[in-house]
Order: sequence, then C-alpha cells, then structure tokens
Amino acid sequence: MANAHESTMHGGHAAGPAAGHASEHNPNLQHHFYSMEQQLEASTLGMWVFLVTEVMFFGGMFAAYLVYRTMYPEAWVAGSHHLQVTLGALNTGVLICSSLTMALAVRAAQTGSRRGQIVNLVLTILLGSTFLVVKFFEYKAKFDHHLVPGPHFDPTLPRQEQLFFSLYFMLTGVHAAHMVVGIGLMLVILAMAWRGKFDASYYTPVEISGLYWHFVDIVWIFLFPLLYLLGFHSGGGA
Amino acid sequence: MHNVVEQERHSYLDAPYGVAAWLLTKDHKRIAILYLISVTIFFAVGGMFAAGIRLELLTPKGDLWSSDMYNKLFTLHGVVMIFFFLIPSIPATLGNFLMPIMIGAKDLAFPRINLLSWYIYVLGALITLAAVFNGGIDTGWTFYTPFSSIASTSNVTTAAVGVFVTGFSSILTGLNFIVTVHRMRAPGMTWFRMPLFVWAHYATSLVMILGTPVIAITVLLVAAERFLHLGIFDPRVGGDPVLFQHLFWFYSHPAVYIMILPGMGVISELVSAVSRKQVFGYGFVAFSSLAIAVLGFLVWGHHLFVSSQSIYAGLVFSIITMLVAVPSAVKTFNWAATMYKGSVTWESPTFYVVGFMGLFAIGGLTGLFLATMGLDIHLTDTYFVIAHFHYIMVGGAIMAFMGGLHFWWPKMTGRMYSEAGGKASAILIFVGFNLTFFPQFVLGYMGMPRRYHAYPDEFQVLNVLSTSGAAVLGLGYLLPAIYLTYSLFRGAKAPANPWGAKGLEWTIPSPPPTFNFDEDPVVTEPAYDYKPAREVKVG
Repeated sequence: MANAHESTMHGGHAAGPAAGHASEHNPNLQHHFYSMEQQLEASTLGMWVFLVTEVMFFGGMFAAYLVYRTMYPEAWVAGSHHLQVTLGALNTGVLICSSLTMALAVRAAQTGSRRGQIVNLVLTILLGSTFLVVKFFEYKAKFDHHLVPGPHFDPTLPRQEQLFFSLYFMLTGVHAAHMVVGIGLMLVILAMAWRGKFDASYYTPVEISGLYWHFVDIVWIFLFPLLYLLGFHSGGGA
Repeated sequence: MHNVVEQERHSYLDAPYGVAAWLLTKDHKRIAILYLISVTIFFAVGGMFAAGIRLELLTPKGDLWSSDMYNKLFTLHGVVMIFFFLIPSIPATLGNFLMPIMIGAKDLAFPRINLLSWYIYVLGALITLAAVFNGGIDTGWTFYTPFSSIASTSNVTTAAVGVFVTGFSSILTGLNFIVTVHRMRAPGMTWFRMPLFVWAHYATSLVMILGTPVIAITVLLVAAERFLHLGIFDPRVGGDPVLFQHLFWFYSHPAVYIMILPGMGVISELVSAVSRKQVFGYGFVAFSSLAIAVLGFLVWGHHLFVSSQSIYAGLVFSIITMLVAVPSAVKTFNWAATMYKGSVTWESPTFYVVGFMGLFAIGGLTGLFLATMGLDIHLTDTYFVIAHFHYIMVGGAIMAFMGGLHFWWPKMTGRMYSEAGGKASAILIFVGFNLTFFPQFVLGYMGMPRRYHAYPDEFQVLNVLSTSGAAVLGLGYLLPAIYLTYSLFRGAKAPANPWGAKGLEWTIPSPPPTFNFDEDPVVTEPAYDYKPAREVKVG
C-alpha cells in the first residue's frame, strides 16, 4: 500500500487528501491512474508504441521500394529525374522548420505560456499547410506530364518506371494523409491551448501530438533522399 | 460461500443501465462483453460458411454449389473466422476483461481507445459484410496477387478495405495492452509475479503492433492497384506478385501466433487452477511466449516453398520454423508437468484443458511435417495443410477460448452454468473435431487438393466422415450457446472464487465492481501460490 500512496503524493499538485481516490488532485487526472506522472508516462509510451506501428506501416512500402530498386535501377534513375528536386528540397526545409515550431510549442506548454503555445501551434499549422500546397503542385505536374501510373502513363517511358511512380504516389500520398491528420490534430490542440488548458502540471496532449508530428517529418526526411536524390545523383544529372 | 447478496450491490453489470450506457462505456469489462457478443455472431456466420463447404464435399461431384459459389464460401469462411473471430476472440474478450484485473489495475491504460477499437472492429465487419452481400469475394482469404489485383471480378476492394480497417482495432488493442502491462501494474506486481495469461497477452500484443501494420499497407496496395491502377504487384509493368506473398505472410504467419498465444495463456491459468499447483517452470513458460512471438516473425517464408523462393532462403526458413517447436514444446511439457501429481479435479475447464493439450500436440507435430521442405512440396495446398492449421486454430485456439470462457464465466456474469452441459460440450467438441479433421490428414496425404468443390470417388468415404464430424462439432458449439445463455437467467449465483483458484481476479466479487477493486490491491506473493495439496479445501 505504501507504494501506491507514495506515487499518489508524487504526481498530485493540487492540495488534497493523500489517501482515497486520486481524481481529487487534478481535474485532468483520469480515474484509473494513480498520479499525473503515471498518466503522462502511459500516454507517452502509448504514442511511442503507435509510432512503432507506423514504422512497420511505412516499412511495407519501403520493402517494396528496396526490392524494385534492386530489380530495376535504370527505371529508378529515370523516375528520379522526373521529380522536381527544388520543390522537394523546399518542402524538406518547410517541414524541418515546422518541427522546430512544434518543439517550441511543447516547451511553451511546459512553461505555461499560453501566447507561446498559440503562436507556435499556428506557425506549425501554417508550415504543414504550405507543405501540402507545394505537394499539390507537384502532383498536378505529374498528371500534366502523364507520369501517373495506369492507362494514361507516358508510353515512351520504360514500363518499370510505372513501378517507381506507383511507389512514389503511395509513399508520398500516405505521408500527405498523415500530414492532414497531423494538421487536424494541431487544430484540436490549438483550441485546447486557446482555452488555457495546458500548464506545467498537464501538457500530455501537446507532448504526444508533438511526437506524432516529428515522426511524420522524419518519414519525409527518408522519402526525400530515397525518391528525389538517390537516383538523381547516380544518374549524373538530367 | 453465499455472501453474494452483498457482493451484488455495485457490479459492473448493474449500473448505469441502458443501451447507450453500454455502447458508450469505457469500462474494459463492458467492452469485453460487447466484443464477446460480436465475435460470437461472427463465429456463427463463419460456421455457416463452413457448413456450406462440408455439405458440398459430401459427394464427389460439385452438385450443391457452383464452383464460383464454392470459391466464395471458403473465402468468406476464412476471412470471417480469421479476421473477425480468431484474432479478436481471446484478447479482446477474456484479455480485455481479465488482464487489467490480473495486474491489479482499475482499467486498461486507454479506456477510450479500447472502446474505439470495438467500433473500428464493427465498422470493418460492416464493410466486409457489404462485400458479402454485394456478391462475395473469391480470392481465398489470402488475397493472392495478381488474381486479386487484376483478374478477380468480385468485391476484393471492399473486402480489402474491411480487413484494413479491422486491422486497426487489433493494433489499438495490442497498443493498449502493452502500455497497460508496462505502466498500470499494482504495487508489488512485479513482472515475474504476473500471471502467465498476462505474459502471453504481452507477447501477442507485440505481434499485433509489429505485424498488423504490414498487412494493412499490403491490402491497401492491393486496393490501390485495383482502384487507382497503380502497378505495385502487376507483372505487366515489372511488378512481382510474389512480393505480395512475402508481405502478406510477414503478417499472416505471425497472425497464427496472435491466435494461439492467448490460448496458451488461458491454458496456463487453467492447468494451474485445476491441478491446484504452481505452473511448472514459470519463467520458461513466460519466456517461451516471447520466444514464439520473436521466432514467429522469422518463418513466413515456409509459405513460399513452392513460390519461386530461393532454395537457400527456403532452407533457413525451414530450420527456423522447426525452432518454433522448441518453445511450443516447452509449454506443452510444462503443462503436463504441472498436472503431474497435482490435485486434478474434473470440472468443465479441465476437460477443455486436456482436449487442448491433445489437439495442440497433434497440430504442432504435423507442423513439423510441413516445415520439412521436401515433404512440404508433396503436401502444399492439400487437405493435410487444412487439417494441420485447423488442429492449431480450432483444436488449439477455440478449445482454449471455450475453456477460458467456462473458467471465467462465473466471474464475468456472476452465474454458474450446468457442469454436465460443460463436460458434454467439451467431449462433443473433442470427438466431433477429431472426426472432422483427422480424415483430412489422410486425404491430404493421399493428394486431395484444397479449394476444389469436386473430387475423385475414392476420397468420398473420408469426406463423409469429415462432414459427419462437422455436424457433431457444430452441436458441440451450439450446446454452450444454450446452457450459458440459460445460466444468465436461471444459473445459481457464483461465489467470488468458485474454483478455489489463485489470482487477483478471484479476490474480488463475481461479477466485479465497476472499478474492479474496492481497495487498491498490493501484491505480496508470486503467481499461483497454491498451498500444498492436502491443506487445500476445495469448493
């Protein structure tokens, strides 16, 4: 019993009886946790485990990429040359900046700065949206140049290049879907921050949404070289 | 024994009342009941498809269904039984209900995600049912490309989306279990005091979170190929259909362990309780679950022995597959050693335990036949394979599920069922099961291929045996539906610990109160701390 009470005391910030149901301590503490600390640890671990599943999810496509790149290196070189490296690099920069603002938003939540949270969350959302807008124009160019796999694919190109573009669209498409989810998540967090929900004793939602955001950024950090740079470089330029 | 009136005061079943209170509940026990009802429905649906298959195979000619219809029947039997019954069966019902209680927690770490997982499951099920009513699917539950991606004209896309969605319910359950085991254990509940049921579920959850996302992306790629004309597995643009098989079995072989590991956890609990004895070699049984989970990820290639895989890769996969037999045998021998010189009482759960051990042993050993590459070439895609995996999944997993259901039914519902009924159904299932599937070993060895609706005349006797066994088996599953339902209304009130078993779940009232424990539990003893047999007062 001693242990349970110790951990109750540990995390509880508001004054209250040491024994009994822990929800008396902090309104954000759910009934089935002993302490705020336990709740934060559980939520953070939960997000990390979820990110592991995301790694496996993208991993299936990375495995397909690896197999086909080994089978058809020339098609991969040709495919890379049909991507716009400048736009990809721009988007990489945009996402790295958004990771910075995200980290600053978490920091602002920990220090209880409402203004800091709002400014940084808005910046994160804007940067994320910028990424999607750039991505939209990239996709549009692919449609215009008949680089979308299927019946309208440019027949003068090697047929295996369709595999490259199939994977390109699946990888970047699934990544973009994750960005959309991330922006939705940030809007919810922004609304909560607006109402002043977060302070040093409770910032779990900001922290774990931040983890998700960083993960989605990191996926792009892998996608950019794999799709845009590797083949571009080994091909010796267009 | 009969202080039940007081216990009933605040059970999780009593308040709050109403359909909305149940459908919006965050209580892991109520969610477990929701899951129990849904998986039972799907078990019945999948069973009806199986009945359709067995009826067709009564006669050598394909006279009951068209071959097209037969393709759809075995596909739907597989899809429904695997994705909508076996995978959630034990973890989402018994695991959901018991795991938090066993480690002394008030709930799973994420109650809302737990409820969400049930809704996702239902949504995935509805999408798949839409595919069924829209004309069915004919690819087999394995969705092999390029037939599934460019040839089949049935509802593959819809079914793939259904499987994709349902996968997330499994991922969320696994995630919830892992965090719960790490972060929600009561004071004193160290890792090596955890019941083996919890260890087994932890190992299962690892497989769920590492494997399920891969099948999710794989079926998504198939759906994208059909719907958006991308060409990931399409040979016409250089795609490799065998890559699909690799990705598919990377999940679907470990999925076998998602189905059997929780069953092994159930049996560990039951074997100890009915023998009134600590599980022999606790640490070995605990780690064998993890070993099975890890090795399970390294054996998928044994499904591709005849699919253009290199012979050296096949060799490695063959050896690792045989290695899985080691932790499985560790478990089986330790269960047998637990019963040896134990005070075994012959109650309904005991019958299921013994039945499980016999059937699982046969299923496991025939797995070694199939792991042997040379023999597998003869047995690939025959009824030998069908018989083997039904021995593991029906003889193993469902037997354990039924045993666990009988063991914890008094705890979950607060009612005792008919012991005679329990024993009769265990015997019916054991006899019916063997009659159904043992002849299939012989059929497969003689060369009868799977997935055909007609066969040569000389196979008829064995097929008639198999179909009549299926009728007995069906009766064995119907019987519990009757007496368990009856017990809800007319059963005697269950005491807190009807079996005299150890474990935190038996220290609280039956049915448990909403927050499980009236006082926060503190654990001071190892699991299965049974006193020497002669001091135990039973029942």
